[in-house]
Amino acid sequence: MSFGTVLFLILALIAVVSAVGMLTSTNAVHAALFLVTNFVCIALFYLGLNAPFLAMVQITIYTGAIMVLFLFVIMLLGAAQVSLRSTLRWHGPLAVVLVLMLIGVAGVMAFSPAVNNNLTSPLALQEASTAFGSPQAVGEVLFSNYLLPFQMVGILLLVAMIGAVVLTREAKKPTRQPGPEESSPAGE
Amino acid sequence: MEEIAFLVPTSYYIILSGVLFAIGVAGVLLRRNAILLLMSVELMLNSANLAFAAFSRTFLDVGGQVFVFFVITVAAAEVAVGLALIVTIFHTKRSIDIDELHAMEG
Amino acid sequence: MNGLFSIAPLIIAAPFAGMLVNIAFGRRLMPNKDSIGPGLVASSMAGVSFLVALLMFVALLGSPQGADVPVLTWIDIQGGDISLNIPWTLKVDTLSSVMMLVVSGVGTVIHVYAIGYMHGDIDEKAYLRGLHGEEALDFKRRRYVKFFTFFNLFLGSMLILVTGNNYLMMFVGWELVGLCSYLLIGFWFDSPEANESGKIVGVLNSEAGKKAFIVNRVGDFGMLLALMLIFWTFGTLKFDDVFARAAAAAPTTPIPLGPFTPALGAVVTVITLLLLLGATGKSAQIPLFVWLPDAMAGPTPVSALIHAATMVTAGVYMIARSNVLYAMAPVSGMTVAVIGGLTAFVSGTIAVAQFDIKRVLAYSTISQLGFMFAAVGLGGYIAGIFHLATHAFFKALLFLSAGSVMHGMEHGHHAMAEGEHGGGGGDEGHPFDPQDMRQMGGLHKHMKTTTWVYIVGALALSGIPPLAGFWSKDEILLEASLNSTLVYVLLGAATFFTALYMGRQIFMVFFGSERSEAARHAHESPPLMTTPLIVLAVLAIIGGLMNLPFGGFNQLGHWLERSVVNAHTGSFNIDVSITSTVLGLLAIGISYLLYGRKPLEEGQRDPLSTTGPVFTFLNHKWYWDELYDALFVRPFNRLSEFLANTIDWAFWHDFVHDGIIAQFVEGSSRSLRRVQTGYVRNYALAVLLGVVAILVYLVVRFLV
Repeated sequence: MSFGTVLFLILALIAVVSAVGMLTSTNAVHAALFLVTNFVCIALFYLGLNAPFLAMVQITIYTGAIMVLFLFVIMLLGAAQVSLRSTLRWHGPLAVVLVLMLIGVAGVMAFSPAVNNNLTSPLALQEASTAFGSPQAVGEVLFSNYLLPFQMVGILLLVAMIGAVVLTREAKKPTRQPGPEESSPAGE
Repeated sequence: MEEIAFLVPTSYYIILSGVLFAIGVAGVLLRRNAILLLMSVELMLNSANLAFAAFSRTFLDVGGQVFVFFVITVAAAEVAVGLALIVTIFHTKRSIDIDELHAMEG
Repeated sequence: MNGLFSIAPLIIAAPFAGMLVNIAFGRRLMPNKDSIGPGLVASSMAGVSFLVALLMFVALLGSPQGADVPVLTWIDIQGGDISLNIPWTLKVDTLSSVMMLVVSGVGTVIHVYAIGYMHGDIDEKAYLRGLHGEEALDFKRRRYVKFFTFFNLFLGSMLILVTGNNYLMMFVGWELVGLCSYLLIGFWFDSPEANESGKIVGVLNSEAGKKAFIVNRVGDFGMLLALMLIFWTFGTLKFDDVFARAAAAAPTTPIPLGPFTPALGAVVTVITLLLLLGATGKSAQIPLFVWLPDAMAGPTPVSALIHAATMVTAGVYMIARSNVLYAMAPVSGMTVAVIGGLTAFVSGTIAVAQFDIKRVLAYSTISQLGFMFAAVGLGGYIAGIFHLATHAFFKALLFLSAGSVMHGMEHGHHAMAEGEHGGGGGDEGHPFDPQDMRQMGGLHKHMKTTTWVYIVGALALSGIPPLAGFWSKDEILLEASLNSTLVYVLLGAATFFTALYMGRQIFMVFFGSERSEAARHAHESPPLMTTPLIVLAVLAIIGGLMNLPFGGFNQLGHWLERSVVNAHTGSFNIDVSITSTVLGLLAIGISYLLYGRKPLEEGQRDPLSTTGPVFTFLNHKWYWDELYDALFVRPFNRLSEFLANTIDWAFWHDFVHDGIIAQFVEGSSRSLRRVQTGYVRNYALAVLLGVVAILVYLVVRFLV
């Protein structure tokens, strides 16, 4: 077993354990920290997959911005303690069965002999140039082939920002009822 | 970057991605806390991103990485709106238990 | 081909252009109450049509074989062994040229007349509705423009009918004129006063329009079936091809029609009988004539143009056009003749006992159309078309004169009402009706021109020599005397009644003493209306010159022989002429004895009513309406009510829908609603279930 494989397995173990930790945690803050661990692992995988740009984005946006936002909301709402109990009968067992089936299907698809040869052979066999996945390469594609989607995603972010502002805004004037004196201010 | 490359077959990444995704699904299905539900969704998105990156490396197509970038951006937007919704729900219901929101039952 | 023929499409385009101009700019062409812009546009376009018709006539003098003028590709369907290819082509030949001249010529005259008449008519209606100032002007603008829009549309449609070179174009025109007829009969569809003024007209204007339309639908149904059968039999709808193929084959040729293979002769008989059904609808013959008297609810120019001179003659034109087919089917020809004779007789007798001036003329029209049918049925195509033309002149003249009389009566009524300054109408006892002959009398003192032209028209209609009606009617009687005694007797009797009711009308309307205040104050119509009357009167006098039955004078006969294959020019039989003239003079004499020598006084009953039940029977139009009411209308209504109340409501709605389907839906949804728990996680689980199911299927399908 090569060093790369060992490293992969260790990181994968950390990722899965942290994910399960998030799943089972009774404290929302802990859950968020488990998830951060998981995201860092994934960032490291990106590095190993010749995607340094994605690794940086993953760290800055996910762990840096999104997870901080999560933590901020948890603190704001004071909802750190959460219950694990489910109120729905049949729901939990059925969900577990289906999730296991999902993993099974994923395994069969990943290792079935019928799938593409490329997937089962080690990635080292595919020679990658040093430029592949560099921020420059990604940027060139992003600003040429994907320029329109890029702009649209920018608009999407703007819309989401405005939406978040509108949703959380305190209703200053609760449901205005036009009273008789309000409707004719000129008469005063 | 070659020196720290994990030269395992793509299938390993796929199965890892599948497991993480399944854990995310389990989170969505089993947790009643709205924030944890949202976190589980993030986990699902990340597992998909991992698969994208792995395939991108396999087929040496940088388009996969661009997709991951877009997914991350959309996820950021989704989290912003989702958390805003949770805050609003908390303001009205004083709770973020997703099971208490079942006014739409038939 | 003569180059002149190529302008033929203009004859149809002009009226349609006039219609579009009036739709777009008509209201702007009427800045004030007295402007006649829309009428001028419509009339000048009708004039253009007439001009083109004249040019076609000139062109035909040069090349009498005529021409087919292609205009557009219309229907072009390529099939395997049978294809339907009908271009929009105009047929200019001697027959259609006669129709074009009559339609556009009389049409132009009536358009000009309508300019003046509609002004008065719309003012009258506005007055009755209590509209003043700007409101009245707006009302007038809308109605005036609408009238001429419809009128132009009618003219264009009628010209499509007579110029088409195939049955389908004819059918398009056929339906379009039916539509215009419906629209114009119901021109005062919202007439609030139609019911209350005690008119003899028993139905509301909109009801009359619907009656005309629905009765015509029965006929059009036959027409449509005939068209389909023609196409099935001959594989084409083009006149020339149909006739050529029909003439080329022997009557015994078997025709494969689905499971049957009848002989060609039988098929043609069915076709011609179905065509006849269509013709009886449009041309108001027994059994479908009941709509025409009620159609008099429309404005008088409409009655003159559509319901006397042009549209109702479409059936005659169609039979003359299909003469090859009718020649092959003697049974159908005889049926046409007998129907025509019966119609002429029945409606002639009804006309004698009517009091409404326009109704008398309506029944007279039906009667004269019966003459034309009898003629074409017996093979006298030239006599039929000849009578069609002369009848268009004098019947249009009579209708327009009647309109002039009504116009004068209405003005008299107004003058009187205003003179008394709110002292109430002069006829408190019975409401004023400008069409009731019992309220007229002595009008020759007030309306000189109208009186004279009316007398000319009446004499022409009665067949008194040497006016136009004498020559054309005589030719029909001659055909009848040679071919069928039954028809001859019927037509002879009809001739007698024609003269009787016309004499009665003249004496009742124009002579004696005035029987109402309105008649006392009546005055002559403006020159814009009387000039067309004089033009038509001249035509009614000299119209016979078209086809004098002597030596070289029967021009129309020779003219038509070129397009009507089976035409034969009439001869002159002194016995028939003397008989008909004597009958006419005798009837006029009787009418003088009854109405002229001792004129009716105000409120006096009709002398003919001494005949008691006979008069009542005739006055009620042989109870045709009542018969149809009992035979068709009421059973149909009962059936409709049964279908609506029992089948639709009780069975489908209450039993099937409310009972079975609604119960099932309610029950199943009562249990299915439990699926909608309202818990988001349940829905997510359902989605996951679907995802896993699809993935498992894919794995099994592709990988295992």
